[in-house]
Amino acid sequence: MSGQELPGTERRDDQGPVLRKGVGIPTSGWFDPRGRALGGFAFAVNRVTGLGLVAYLYLHLAVLSMLLRGGSAWSGFLRLATSWLFLSLDVLLIFGILYHGLNGIRVALVGSGIVADRQKALWWALGVIGTLALAFSAIHIYGSR
Amino acid sequence: MSAADPLPTTRRFRVYRYKRGDPGWRFDPFEVPVGPRTTVLDALRWIQLHRDRTLALRHSCFHASCGTCGMQVNGREALACVTLADPLGSTITVEPLANIPVLTDLVVDMGQVFARFPDEIGTVRMSEKPSRASPPDGIDTYERFEDCIECGLCLSACPVSATSDAYVGPAALAAAQRLLEEPRGVDPERILDWAGDPAGAWRCHVAFECTEACPSNVRPAERIMALRGALAAGRRTVATVTPG
Repeated sequence: MSGQELPGTERRDDQGPVLRKGVGIPTSGWFDPRGRALGGFAFAVNRVTGLGLVAYLYLHLAVLSMLLRGGSAWSGFLRLATSWLFLSLDVLLIFGILYHGLNGIRVALVGSGIVADRQKALWWALGVIGTLALAFSAIHIYGSR
Repeated sequence: MSAADPLPTTRRFRVYRYKRGDPGWRFDPFEVPVGPRTTVLDALRWIQLHRDRTLALRHSCFHASCGTCGMQVNGREALACVTLADPLGSTITVEPLANIPVLTDLVVDMGQVFARFPDEIGTVRMSEKPSRASPPDGIDTYERFEDCIECGLCLSACPVSATSDAYVGPAALAAAQRLLEEPRGVDPERILDWAGDPAGAWRCHVAFECTEACPSNVRPAERIMALRGALAAGRRTVATVTPG
C-alpha cells in the first residue's frame, strides 16, 4: 500500500450534515412538539410567547402612531378595538404576558438551584394561578363591551 | 422465538441515509419482520443482513451499558438495543442523533461530544450500594462506574444545543457537577470557572429534555441547576443530585 491512499481518504475530514429537530424552514431546532415532555413544552411556549410579546410591542407602537394622524383615525381604531375579535386578541395578549411572566418565575426558581427538582410541580402550580388570572381578565375584557 | 410467540408482523422502517460525498441525505424504506420482542437494533441488523449491507450503525453491548447505539426513533432519543419496535406503530422512522455531525448513515461524530467534557472527567465513583458490606482484603473501598454512559442522547434532545453549537451541553455539565460532588483531587475552582462560562451552565434554558432522554437516570438538568446554585452563591461545593 506504500504511496497509495485508501479510497475515500481525501473525504475523511469532510463535515457531515447536522440534524436539527423540530419544524419550520429551515428546521428551527428548538420548536419540536413531537413527544416533548412538560419541560420542553414549557420552554417552547415560553419562546413563542416571548416572540409574540416582542411583535406586540412593535404593533403597539404602530397603533399609538395613529394619534399623529388626528382624532378621526383614532376613533376609527377604537371602534375596531371593541370588536369581539380584537378583544379576543387582548385575551391572547394577557395569556402571553401571564405565561411568559409566570414561567419566568419558575425558570428563575428552578434555574438558580432553589427548587431544581420541582420544575413540574411548579409549572402546574403557577399554571393554576395563571389560569385563574386569565379567566378574571377575560371576564373583565369581554364585560367592557 | 418460542412456539408460543405470535408470528412476526411486517413494519416499514424509514432509515436515514447519508454517505460522505453524497449531495444530501435521504430516507430509505425497508419492510422488516417484527415480533413482540424485536428491538430497533435487531431490526436494523436484520436490514444489514438481508437487505442492505452498506447500512452503517454503531452498537456494542446490547443492554444499554455502552451507549453506542443512541439514535432518534420516531423523533425521540433512544438506545436502539433496548427500544422495542412492536409498540412504535406501522411506520418507524430512524434517524441519527441531532446536533452532532453525521459521519455516515446512523453514525455521528462522538468525538465532538467527548471533546466538550472537562479534561479531568472521572470514570469511576465511590460506590454507595454495598455500604454495609466489607470489601475483600487488599481493597479499601468499593468503586463503581459513573452512571453517564456518554451516549449523546441528552445533547440531541436539548433544544438549546439545537440553536448553539458553542453550548457545551448537558452531559459535559453533568460530568462537571459530578466532579464537584466527588473531586478526587480536582481543583473545584477550575471546574466552576469552566462551568460558569457563558457557553456553560448559564446557557441552559431549563427545558429538562436531557433528563427525560437520559437512559441512565443521570438527571443532567438537575445537575446543571446544582451547578448554577453553587455559581450563584459563590460556593465551592454543589448540592448532591441522587440518580433517579
